[in-house]
Amino acid sequence: MRRDLRGNAARLGLMVLPVAFFAVFFAWPVVSIVERGLRPDGAWDLGEIGTTLGRSDILGVLGFTVWQAAASTGLTLLVALPGAYVFARFAFPGKGVLRAVVTVPFVLPTVLVGTAFLALVGRGGFTDELWGLRLDTTVWAILLAHVFFNYAVVVRTVGGLWAQLDPRQEEAARVLGASRWAAWRTVTLPALVPAVSAAALMVFLFTFTSFGVVQILGGDAYTTLEAEIYRQTARLLDLRTAAVLTLVQFAAVGAILAVHARTVRRRETSLRLVSPELTARPPRGAGQWALLGGVLVSVALLVLLPLGVLVERSFATPEGYGLRYYRALGSLDASGTFLVPPLEAVGNSLRYAVAATAIAVVVGGLAAAALTRRAGRLVRGFDALLMLPLGVSAVTVGFGFLITLDEPPFDLRASWILVPLAQALVGVPFVVRTMLPVLRAVDQRLREAAAVLGASPWRAWREVDLPLVRRALLIAAGFAFAVSLGEFGATVFIARPDNPTLPVAVARLLGRPGELNYGQAMALSTILMVVCAVSLLLLERLRTDRTTGEF
Amino acid sequence: MLTLDGATVRFGARAVLDAVDLTVGEHEIVCVLGPSGSGKSTLLRAVAGLQALDAGRVLLGGADQAGVPAHRRGVGLMFQDHQLFPQKDVAGNVAFGPRMHGVPKEERAARVGELLDLVGLPGAGRRSVAALSGGEQQRVALARALAPRPRLLMLDEPLGQLDRGLRERLVVELRALFGRLGTTVLAVTHDQGEAFALADRVVVMRDGRIVRSGTPVDVWRQPGSEFVARFLGFENVVPATVSGAVAETAWGRIPVPDGSPQGSRTLLVRPAGVLVTDGGLACRVESRTFRGHHVTVVLRPADGPPLEAELPLREVPEVGAEVTVAFRTEEVVVLDGDEAKGGGGPGGQSRS
Amino acid sequence: MHTKKAAAVALAAALGVTGLAACSTEDAREAAGKTGAPAPKTVTLVSHDSFNASKEVLAEFTKQTGLTVKVLKAGDAGEAVNKEILTKGSPQGDVFFGVDNTLLSRAVDNGIFVPYEAKGADRIPETFKLDERVTPVDTGDVCVNYDKKYFADKKLAPPQTFDDLAKPEYKDLLVVENPERSSPGLGFLLGTVAKYGDEGWQDYWKKLKANGVRTVDSWELAYNQEFSGSAGGKEAKGDRPLVVSYASSPPVEVLYADPQPKEAPTGVSTGTCFRQIEFAGLLEGAKNPEGGKALIDFLVSKKFQDDMPLQMFVNPVAKDAALPELFTKHGVVVEKPETVAPEKITENREAWIQQWSSLVLK
Repeated sequence: MRRDLRGNAARLGLMVLPVAFFAVFFAWPVVSIVERGLRPDGAWDLGEIGTTLGRSDILGVLGFTVWQAAASTGLTLLVALPGAYVFARFAFPGKGVLRAVVTVPFVLPTVLVGTAFLALVGRGGFTDELWGLRLDTTVWAILLAHVFFNYAVVVRTVGGLWAQLDPRQEEAARVLGASRWAAWRTVTLPALVPAVSAAALMVFLFTFTSFGVVQILGGDAYTTLEAEIYRQTARLLDLRTAAVLTLVQFAAVGAILAVHARTVRRRETSLRLVSPELTARPPRGAGQWALLGGVLVSVALLVLLPLGVLVERSFATPEGYGLRYYRALGSLDASGTFLVPPLEAVGNSLRYAVAATAIAVVVGGLAAAALTRRAGRLVRGFDALLMLPLGVSAVTVGFGFLITLDEPPFDLRASWILVPLAQALVGVPFVVRTMLPVLRAVDQRLREAAAVLGASPWRAWREVDLPLVRRALLIAAGFAFAVSLGEFGATVFIARPDNPTLPVAVARLLGRPGELNYGQAMALSTILMVVCAVSLLLLERLRTDRTTGEF
Repeated sequence: MLTLDGATVRFGARAVLDAVDLTVGEHEIVCVLGPSGSGKSTLLRAVAGLQALDAGRVLLGGADQAGVPAHRRGVGLMFQDHQLFPQKDVAGNVAFGPRMHGVPKEERAARVGELLDLVGLPGAGRRSVAALSGGEQQRVALARALAPRPRLLMLDEPLGQLDRGLRERLVVELRALFGRLGTTVLAVTHDQGEAFALADRVVVMRDGRIVRSGTPVDVWRQPGSEFVARFLGFENVVPATVSGAVAETAWGRIPVPDGSPQGSRTLLVRPAGVLVTDGGLACRVESRTFRGHHVTVVLRPADGPPLEAELPLREVPEVGAEVTVAFRTEEVVVLDGDEAKGGGGPGGQSRS
Repeated sequence: MHTKKAAAVALAAALGVTGLAACSTEDAREAAGKTGAPAPKTVTLVSHDSFNASKEVLAEFTKQTGLTVKVLKAGDAGEAVNKEILTKGSPQGDVFFGVDNTLLSRAVDNGIFVPYEAKGADRIPETFKLDERVTPVDTGDVCVNYDKKYFADKKLAPPQTFDDLAKPEYKDLLVVENPERSSPGLGFLLGTVAKYGDEGWQDYWKKLKANGVRTVDSWELAYNQEFSGSAGGKEAKGDRPLVVSYASSPPVEVLYADPQPKEAPTGVSTGTCFRQIEFAGLLEGAKNPEGGKALIDFLVSKKFQDDMPLQMFVNPVAKDAALPELFTKHGVVVEKPETVAPEKITENREAWIQQWSSLVLK
């Protein structure tokens, strides 16, 4: 039919760039490295799959990976959903700052997260001092660190939509005789399902592929598939085993994505979206204050306390608290060795992050726009494809880059752009997952109303969709930015020109003995946190619509 | 102004619009009346360019609109549930159309003020649309649709969600407003009262087809088919064989007006044409419904379907009473077979 | 290769707008280098993350040769070497620096290097020249470090040898790194293998385990978290006064303290050392082999060798290079470091690690 053809053509047009992006920077490298493993001498060697899968240690690793990811996801939702509600529906002073702060764990290098968490639950840590409770090298430390990492994912994706749900719908249900809980369960929860499900999926994928946290906090007792793939690839260069494990991970992630797609597809509906400013109110009554208090306490314990440890150490010099480490960052030390010029590192970090965010927003935004209207199998498949980078080992992608992007026009191995490109791979799923529920919730007839009033499709998108998804877009951009600031994923495994970013500089300082190095690492981490929080705050202040002040 | 020529839209195998021919003249107010699912809204969407045709043409001012996207058709559409932009205030909503058409800012502001005055919401420009009542939203939606000065204004169930009093008042206001502005209007509704009050011409749709078209009075007088008659609320419809001035029915012999079509037909007796008299068709009174000026009584004859009668207050029999009834010729209408009449109807009718 | 290139070009055309233009000048310059017509102006050095050189020294190289050095950091030493093996024939750069004797055989056996003898190699002692395809650049010793204050407080003599570490007076004091995941961890394991031989090293580790050795994943955790003698360890209430680190760690502790103490807070158990030698080699398939050769020459030049100790905290290999005062004052001379032949390491590494894991971790 004509109309379908035209619509499909438009959708395909929007998808060209995202598809090309994923083909070049994801599919091609991953397929190449797997092929290198399974077809070492031009002949497929598939027997290895069976052999590897039959190994009990591999099955154990797979089992633990799935178990800890599920447990972490459940725990994160449990802790963070009340947080999402509080951030969405309550107005309280400092909310913006706090929302930015809970995203900070995202940007921290894993080794610092380890340090922070050991200070919380390790020897001489918070729980040890108070109750003599030590959780390091137990699975609880891993789970708690995962909550710490992913709290913001839930608060921001779910809270973003929640803040825009019309509270009157729930009120309508209350008037119809539903209890507060029943009203929430029957009205709000179904509307939130796509966002909750998307957030859960992202948390699951992040924890499923967790690497640093598990290695540092789990000690030698716990290993994930990701860590095993890293070991086989980067340490042993056993590409065959790595390829099999990659396929296993692929299959597992594919299955998860399929389940996710099934749950979400049926639930996504058009919602009444309103301005978030209209839905947030100061808490009223003991119950709401208690909820707010509870959330603030959990944030303080799980997020602020570990971060605070790092900040505290950046000021703690042998002679008491002082700014010595910060001053040291700004001056050449005695020997004339200048390990990391800190301002340069801040500049590099911001440059990478801005580039990665721009790529992620453009690619993800186009993909989300193309996927807004639920359509055929092809489009749905693409939807799932976009999530795969979260579930594929970073080392696989990074090593894949090495063997594919070595010829013009993609001879990018020595180019700085490769770093933001790799980071954007992780950022795009965020952009799509955050924007899509909102875009799909926009009533199609609003766009039609705009069209009838003379707005071209592009103009209608700008006038109707963009203001409604602006919030989601900014949240998504914030994630992409944080992901990039935190050096997520493949960048660890690709060679990079020698312009250190903040996390790299921190890692380098920590890699050397010496009190000044340690102190400067803590000071630089504090700067990293501040840069992250301030960037996110500025991002949220950005106003792209001109709703007010038009006349 | 607007011509539909064999306009057809199919959803799968089902034709939602089935070769519809319709003409709306300059300054004319046409109301499409039909039960839900009859294709009324699809008709509007096809004209607006929101729904592509599978066959046929839409012409606006004589120009074929095939390939013209919605935003270049220059028509206005007021949605059933308004679809006000939630992130814009009232003024932002009303000014949207002029802004899309590149109207300068000052002129826009003036137009918004004018229109808000016109719809009875002076000074409401700064208000948030979420804070408006249903009636106010309706008015804003109307102002928004009118703002770009569309050559054709389309209304989808314009008064559907309003209470009765407001609706009756608004119908009068709207007619006066459209008359003053000289707007060409195509409205759809399932409410016959609304359609008859608003329209110069009423078009009745059924299953994607037009089954009757005419002035409100014409349609009321001669529904033309059993479907239209029943849709207009008439229950006294019965198969009949007409020969000369008499029709044979299950209710006995009923006199019909001169010049009625002959042969096997369907007969409509308006409730006002059913008289309780001595002698005639024997019925038992089944129910009475008080209507203010009269009482509607449902009568059960020995044979044939139940009969509805509109009786003056003082003549009303008790429920269960046995009465006899006769029929008044001028309230009897011989209907054509379904869909024999109707179609496009006379075009270019104007109020002036 | 042909279809791969065609597909790449097609995809590039489709991408068009991704903003790759941002790096076009850089790429254009490199592309020009590839066609070979004009001599390329840059030489690319691939190394591990610990590589560091002062700007002035690299500027000196540019002054001498007209070539700019572009440094690519490819992860830790193990990762970096494996990446070079993976990209054999189409390397990321011209020269690789940072393959040590524990990884050397694997690297050269995979044929990633083109044999080249550096100008000035005669100034390097023969004992460091383990393979003619690569050039030794620096050495370093993995040794147990001790917290001087702890042992002074306890009035206990710090351990000096491998044997000492297994003695009861040092019970529950040592933290080591997992040799599978950490380079000093591997060095320490190799040291024990060299010391006690293929037969004896496992028994030694059994004793260490019985003596309460703690294992962690990385040097960072061991040194900054567990070791009581470091700044981080003090903050984290580290309770291990013995840690596997480097012979150069005490001077570095002095260097990065403010004010600098007269004496290093940590010491080195000189009888527990394993020698690492780092090499540089010309990569097979280098785009600028001539520039690469010049760079290798430069790496063993006095200029670079003098600069190196304070940049990477390693010892120079050139006989004429001078150690900085920091090293001579606070460092130790390791008289008899343990060594293992590179071929033997390559052959047995996985097996040793496997055995170590089942002994120590299980």
